[in-house]
Amino acid sequence: MTELISDELPTTRQNPFDPPAEITGIREQARISRLKFADGHLGWLVTGHHQVREILGSPKFTNNPEKHHLLDKRFQGDVPEDKRKAEPGMFLSQDPPDHTRLRKMLQGQFTVRRMNQLSEWIATIVDDQLAHMRSLGNRADLVKEFALPVPSLVICALLGVDYDERHRFQEDTAKMLSLDSTFKEAMDAMARIQDFMRELIARKKANPGGDDMISDLLATGEPTDEEASNMALLLLLAGHETTANMLGIGTFTLLQHPDQLKILKDEPEVIDNAVEELMRYLSIIHFGPVRTATEDVEIDGHLIKAGDTVLMHVPTANRDPEKFPGNPEELDLRRPASGHVAFGHGIHQCLGQQLARIEMRIGFTKLFQDFPDLRLDIAPEEVPLRTDMGIYGVHSLPVAWSS
Amino acid sequence: MRISVDQSKCCGSGMCVLTDPDLFDQNEDDGTVVLLVEHPDATHEATAKEAAGLCPASAITIS
Repeated sequence: MTELISDELPTTRQNPFDPPAEITGIREQARISRLKFADGHLGWLVTGHHQVREILGSPKFTNNPEKHHLLDKRFQGDVPEDKRKAEPGMFLSQDPPDHTRLRKMLQGQFTVRRMNQLSEWIATIVDDQLAHMRSLGNRADLVKEFALPVPSLVICALLGVDYDERHRFQEDTAKMLSLDSTFKEAMDAMARIQDFMRELIARKKANPGGDDMISDLLATGEPTDEEASNMALLLLLAGHETTANMLGIGTFTLLQHPDQLKILKDEPEVIDNAVEELMRYLSIIHFGPVRTATEDVEIDGHLIKAGDTVLMHVPTANRDPEKFPGNPEELDLRRPASGHVAFGHGIHQCLGQQLARIEMRIGFTKLFQDFPDLRLDIAPEEVPLRTDMGIYGVHSLPVAWSS
Repeated sequence: MRISVDQSKCCGSGMCVLTDPDLFDQNEDDGTVVLLVEHPDATHEATAKEAAGLCPASAITIS
């Protein structure tokens, strides 16, 4: 069997909402194909939904960055080998049992019940932010005034981070996630957020008993200070950047699909499914995630050898017609969309997904209730896309309204 | 139909509770799955299967 080999990962999107057409083409030929990595390693590109699920769910793959081959020198340049270690507390990059021990310390804080209890409070934050946006007149950048502030306010309050100190993490988060940052720039940005988190942990230890997740985590006495500050960093970053981009590009998507937006307005009860479908359709991870096999494993008739690095293309897997029959390339808010892999799969599946769902449910609902005639304020082709970022979306979304 | 859960595999994603809160709950301390109904009636068989299929950690088994 001749295997399909890509010399580099196609990243150019022909349409703001679709994965690169070249990758869709690859999926149509082979849901598992070969991909050349920057160091010459011949790894794998996985574009099928079932195959992505199988790999992410398998204990035979690791997310330890030390094990991964470097994807592409277009991003981050050369990575010094000694700087790729997973730091203590960064459970996303760890395997069991370390991962299990750390994640378990947080899981109780993100249960469906706890997140549902936050609904009214989140609704107040959304209302306040929408009132603020209206106070600006008849036009605004939706990202700056709504999509970024809402999840930032929510995660800051949950973690016990002062929102007025957001300048200490928002810009550096962008630098960490920028594909244009060199490895050193990204690491320097992370070091500054780590300093901020270390100060936060020290402050909370000096003033115990706070009503927030980090105080609760410290009260257990389980994590070391270093683990606690990196866990807090992970929650802070994952808690604002991801949902912000779903709210931003999700709004852009709905404005560009007026028939679907009409369904959401006419049948508000469709919102839970609409959130799943927007997640499926947009995925927002630009490409990835990456895993490396820790032992030989056969997936779909392909022998993935120990040490092989695998890039899974979630935006393409979420359009796989084997999983989503009909027309998976179309946005359809009534489609059964659950089972998408936009939150990942396996033991690293998004810890904050139930919070994200509620933020999106309330955010989209109230945005279009309060601004029924919301419209794009620039030509759609001029909306600046985050093709330079690991988390995809829009950099800004100029919108206007008349009443 | 019989549902069984494996707390040691569970990663607390909450997908089971989201899918059918009549069958599943989560432990307040570590978010792991709590099985509320071992033998679901016919009206919950489909959601039991769906929850097992959605579980990211394969912690739910249907027999």
